[in-house]
Amino acid sequence: MAKVVAVTGNEACANALRQVNPDVCGIYPITPQTDMMQRFASYISDGKVDTESILVESEHSSMSACIGAAAAGGRVVTATSSQGLALMWEMLHIASGDRLPIVMPVVNRALSAPLNIHGDHSDAMGARDTGWIQIWSENAQESYDNVIQAFRIGEHMDIRLPVMVCLDGFIISHSIERMEYLEDQEVKDFVGPFRNFLPLLDLDKPKSYGPLILTDLYHEYKRAQHEIMTKVKDVVLNVAKDFEKLSGRKYGLFETYRLEDADIAIVILNSAAGTTKDVIDEFREKGIKAGLIKPRLFRPFPYEEMAEALKNTKAVCVMDRADSFGGYGPLFMEVSSALYPLGNRPLLTNKIYGLGGRDYLPSHAAQVLTELNQIAQSGKVSVLKEYIGVRE
Amino acid sequence: MATPLTLKELSKKEDRFTHGHRMCSGCGAPIVVKIALMATDYPVVISNATGCLEVSSCISEFTAWNVPWIHTAFENAAATLSGVETMYRSLRKQGKMDKDVKFIAFGGDGGTYDIGFQSLSGAMERGHDMIYICYDNGAYMNTGIQRSSATPLGADTTTCPAGSVIPGKLRSRKNLTKIMAAHDIPYVAQASPSHWQDLARKVQKAHEIKGPKFINVIAPCNRGWRSKTNDAIALSRLAVNTCYWPLYEIENGVTKITVTPKEKIPVAEFMKPQGRFKHLFAPENEDLLRQVQEEVDREWAKLQKEAKTD
Repeated sequence: MAKVVAVTGNEACANALRQVNPDVCGIYPITPQTDMMQRFASYISDGKVDTESILVESEHSSMSACIGAAAAGGRVVTATSSQGLALMWEMLHIASGDRLPIVMPVVNRALSAPLNIHGDHSDAMGARDTGWIQIWSENAQESYDNVIQAFRIGEHMDIRLPVMVCLDGFIISHSIERMEYLEDQEVKDFVGPFRNFLPLLDLDKPKSYGPLILTDLYHEYKRAQHEIMTKVKDVVLNVAKDFEKLSGRKYGLFETYRLEDADIAIVILNSAAGTTKDVIDEFREKGIKAGLIKPRLFRPFPYEEMAEALKNTKAVCVMDRADSFGGYGPLFMEVSSALYPLGNRPLLTNKIYGLGGRDYLPSHAAQVLTELNQIAQSGKVSVLKEYIGVRE
Repeated sequence: MATPLTLKELSKKEDRFTHGHRMCSGCGAPIVVKIALMATDYPVVISNATGCLEVSSCISEFTAWNVPWIHTAFENAAATLSGVETMYRSLRKQGKMDKDVKFIAFGGDGGTYDIGFQSLSGAMERGHDMIYICYDNGAYMNTGIQRSSATPLGADTTTCPAGSVIPGKLRSRKNLTKIMAAHDIPYVAQASPSHWQDLARKVQKAHEIKGPKFINVIAPCNRGWRSKTNDAIALSRLAVNTCYWPLYEIENGVTKITVTPKEKIPVAEFMKPQGRFKHLFAPENEDLLRQVQEEVDREWAKLQKEAKTD
């Protein structure tokens, strides 16, 4: 029986981790994630989990220790944000290169400089090429559900890859929301026991982890990582099917909202999607056929499916809460890559919004939809990339 | 599980670090590793920092390690091993493992004194049951002899070359062994492959002590020291007999000198066979050479005082 609760995103993720009961957990504070791991630490202190914590002296050591623990052979978690994720960057590649299914909630926060503790997607976007699976979440419920599913996805014997579950700093991590918890036993059964693959602690069959591989085989090794990533979509969908049976909540590669007959559409990640959906409803009431896509699986990116979903639209705005200075926003680059193979492509724009926790307001969504409507009618894009909600 | 530390007994043991590795001939590091691994019969798991030992011992489909071994990066052999050891404790607690396993990290001086220092300090403070063994050859040898904080005063390296204006490294070594002792961990020691029984005994003893242990071992590098290929043991013996590298241990805060040279010889005897110190024997660098001797004398006197042997 599901239990309805009012909790923050951090609390929901911490509870998901408690229900999964991992073997080892790396803990290091960073705003706005801190609150999640300190809740988990109290579960450890109160004997509610079997987990052994490693109270590391940095995020670099946290990921290093998680890699050691995962290679040793067991279920491993940690969580981070922003600078912490940036400090882990070197080790993120090693976690995926060593094919270790570590699960890590990332509470998205801006990157320095200037120092800013609030929500944007610069941290996780900066880690998009690290070989991790990335799953993004709109709210506390999705964060909780995604954390639970992440174990099944990353630990799948065809995959064995680390998974980041992204949620918006403060907006979701610290806001109280009504949501549903699964029963402990349901989560335990859903996730199942950890299945070892070539554990370092198998003393009878010694293994060497982390060799030097030069020009003879490195290229093949990387191609293998690419090939594994091509299998992830199917696993994500199968796990989502099982999760729907358990929870009644449906997940896919991305969520579409009123998109079937839409002329114009917004593609937007995480919490801002909720605000945008409300404004889409208002535009629909005015007779404007507006819709939305909220990506869930960002790595690997579902290019074909996204192209299929957007192929009948006339104009699409991809909204990024991160920027690649001198380039387009990272989500825009993916969506435009997805659409390029289409013969008939919608017109595209890219808006950068909400950096460093700047509020994303319904008026911003309305501004974007109004412009999209004009583009759809005129067939012309005047400004391709633009910051919105900027103080001039 | 104490192996008798005699050549007769040790020669019967199966190599845990086998032939076929690609370390340079005459390198001190594999000797240190072999002795350390021979010194125990416990199952061991090794963590290895990026460096000469790592790149030369596990390449593509080949490994010289007959024990579980993990390398992740340069600065984190201690943090990585702390994760392995924590998983081991978790699995034992849950009844999923029952064997007694020992954990050893190997890192060079670059990966230990410098870039890996935070990771080492953190792992020691957290109290993980492991031995960290630093093989100290006094520079970043794997990348081609660059200065580290273990490089001795006056040494010529590729990043502090002895030139016409600057005579090599102008700073003294960091005393990492003492810094690790300041962590108040139960066992810290300094050892040398020239005194293999002393080294083996220290590793054996460390395995029997619960908690974090640190052993710093001098490991001559003929490429970086610019010495003869067959001089590793002779040079490490000179390092001990000049008191440049005293052999001692600090067990629960009590310092004990484990090998006292019969006759303390001038440090110049250790330095002369090494090309990296050649310039210090030029008349204009007399003062620097004197400083090196003074430093050795001062540190030796301090150590004797700490060991209450003076």
